[in-house]
Amino acid sequence: MGIVQHQFSENILTTNIDKLINWSRYSALWPMTFGLACCAIEMMASGASRYDFDRFGVIFRATPRQSDVLIVAGTLTYKMADVLRKVYDQMPEPRWVISMGSCANCGGPFNTYSVVQGVEKIVPVDIYIPGCPPRPEALMHGVLKLQEKIKNEKYLRK
Amino acid sequence: MTTLRTEELIMNMGPQHPSTHGVLRLVLYLDGETIDKLEADIGYLHRGIEKLGETLQMDQFMPYTDRLDYVCAMSNNLGYVQAVEKLCSIEVPKRAEYMRIAYAELSRISGHLLWLGTHALDIGAMTVFLYAFREREEILNFFENFCGARLTTNAFRFGGCMADMPEGEPEKIIDFTDRFLVLMEDYERLLTKNRIWLKRTQDVAIITKEDAIAYGLTGSSLRGSGVNWDIRKAMPYGAYEDFDFTIPVEFGCDVYARYLVRMEEMRQSCRIIKQAMQNLPEGEFQTKVKKIKAPEGAEVYHSIEAPKGELGFYIRGGGKNIAQRLRIRGPSFVNLQSLPLMCEGELIADVIAAIGSLDIVLGEVDR
Repeated sequence: MGIVQHQFSENILTTNIDKLINWSRYSALWPMTFGLACCAIEMMASGASRYDFDRFGVIFRATPRQSDVLIVAGTLTYKMADVLRKVYDQMPEPRWVISMGSCANCGGPFNTYSVVQGVEKIVPVDIYIPGCPPRPEALMHGVLKLQEKIKNEKYLRK
Repeated sequence: MTTLRTEELIMNMGPQHPSTHGVLRLVLYLDGETIDKLEADIGYLHRGIEKLGETLQMDQFMPYTDRLDYVCAMSNNLGYVQAVEKLCSIEVPKRAEYMRIAYAELSRISGHLLWLGTHALDIGAMTVFLYAFREREEILNFFENFCGARLTTNAFRFGGCMADMPEGEPEKIIDFTDRFLVLMEDYERLLTKNRIWLKRTQDVAIITKEDAIAYGLTGSSLRGSGVNWDIRKAMPYGAYEDFDFTIPVEFGCDVYARYLVRMEEMRQSCRIIKQAMQNLPEGEFQTKVKKIKAPEGAEVYHSIEAPKGELGFYIRGGGKNIAQRLRIRGPSFVNLQSLPLMCEGELIADVIAAIGSLDIVLGEVDR
C-alpha cells in the first residue's frame, strides 16, 4: 500500500483482487430455501419482519440457479436425499452449504430407518448450526460466520 | 380449419417448491394449462415418529409430538397428554386446564398467522406475510416466557403443565388479544375486499358439503363447506365447556370461504384466551403423578380440534410405561387426499391456492 498511498485523488480506494472478489461474494449471499421441516419455519421467521435478513444482503431465492448458499433446514430423509444432491449440483459455483438444526447436522432425535444421519453424507457442509430448531439469531450467527469464512478465501495468492 | 393436435403434458411440482408448503410432490397431468389429473406423492418427510412412540417411554415421546405439526406444537402436546391421561386416568387441576387452553389457542393463532402469511405470499400479497409474522413473534415470546422454547415447546406434562404461569403474564396476554383484534383489521383491509384476492380465491378449488364429509375433511376446510363440526363443541375436552365462543361456518365451499373461516377462528380464539386469562383459577398447576403405567391391552383414542382439524392419538398400553402401539391421525394427511378432487379442471395457479387453503404441514402428513 505504501507506494500508491497519496498518489490518487481522494475518492479512489486501493485493494487487492482477492479482497474485492470476497467482498462482492459475502455481501450478497443469496440462500436457496431448502426448507424441509420445523427449521424452515425459523428460517422464514429470520427472513420476516423482526429479524429481517435482507440487511445482511441475504435474500431468499426459490431456485438453485440464482443462489450461492444452500441452507438445509430440517430432517433429511433417504427419499429426499437425491433431491438435495440434485439441487446442490444445479447451483453455480462458488457455493456454500449451511446445515441448520440438529436433524441436518446428525439426524437429531430421529435415529430411525428413514432419516439420513447428517447431511454431510450427501453434500459438503461449511457451517453447522446446532439447535432444535435453532433460533433466528443462531441462523444469523451462522451466516455471519460463513461471511467470515468467505473473507479469508484466497484465489490469486495461494 | 384443422385443429391443433394436443398431447397430455405431465409436469412435476415439488418436492422442492416454495409453494407446496414443505416437501410435497405433485404430479400434474395437464391439458394446456388445465389440470386433468393430479397425484400427490408424499413420504419425503417420513421420520418414523409412530414407530418411535412404540420404543420410547410415554413421557419421552412428548418432544416428538412437537415435531408433528411444528407450527402449533402446543396443540399437539395437548392432544397427546390428554390421550395418556385418559388411558391412565390422571386428574388435572383446573388451573392447568385453563393454562393449557390459553396456550393451545395462542398456538392456533400462531398457526393461522403462518397460514395467512404464506397463503397470501403464494397468491402474491407480500405485505400480509410481514404483518402476520410481526404478530406471530409476539405469541412466540409468550411461549418462550412460559417454557423457554419458541417453536418446539414440549410444555405440558401428564397431570398438568411443566411450570406455572409467569408473573404478570395473564395481563400481557389479555393486552395482546385486545391489540390483535385491532391489527386483524389491517389484514382484512389488505385482503378481504381486494379484487385480486377475490379473483384468485372465489369459486376456486370447490369441494361440496357431501364430498367434504365423504373425504373425511376436518377443521376449517370442512367448516368452509358449510358443516358445523368442531370437536371443541361437539365432544368438549379439557375445560372447553366453560368458555363462551362460536364456531364460524361458511357456505362458499371455495378457497375464499376457508379463508373467512380461519380469520373468524382467530377472533374466537382471542375470546377464549381472554376468558381463560381473566378467570384463571388459583391452585396447583400440576398434580402428583406417581407412575405412568398403561395396563396391557387398554386402548384409548382421543382427538382434539387442532388448528388443522381433528388430531387424534390412539394408544394401546403394553403393561409398562411404553405404548404397545401408537397411532396418530394427522388432520393434514386426511385433508390432503381431497386435493385431487379440488384441483381437477382448474388451472395450475389454482393448485397453489388450493394447497394454501387446505393448510397442510408435511411433518404431520408423513410423520
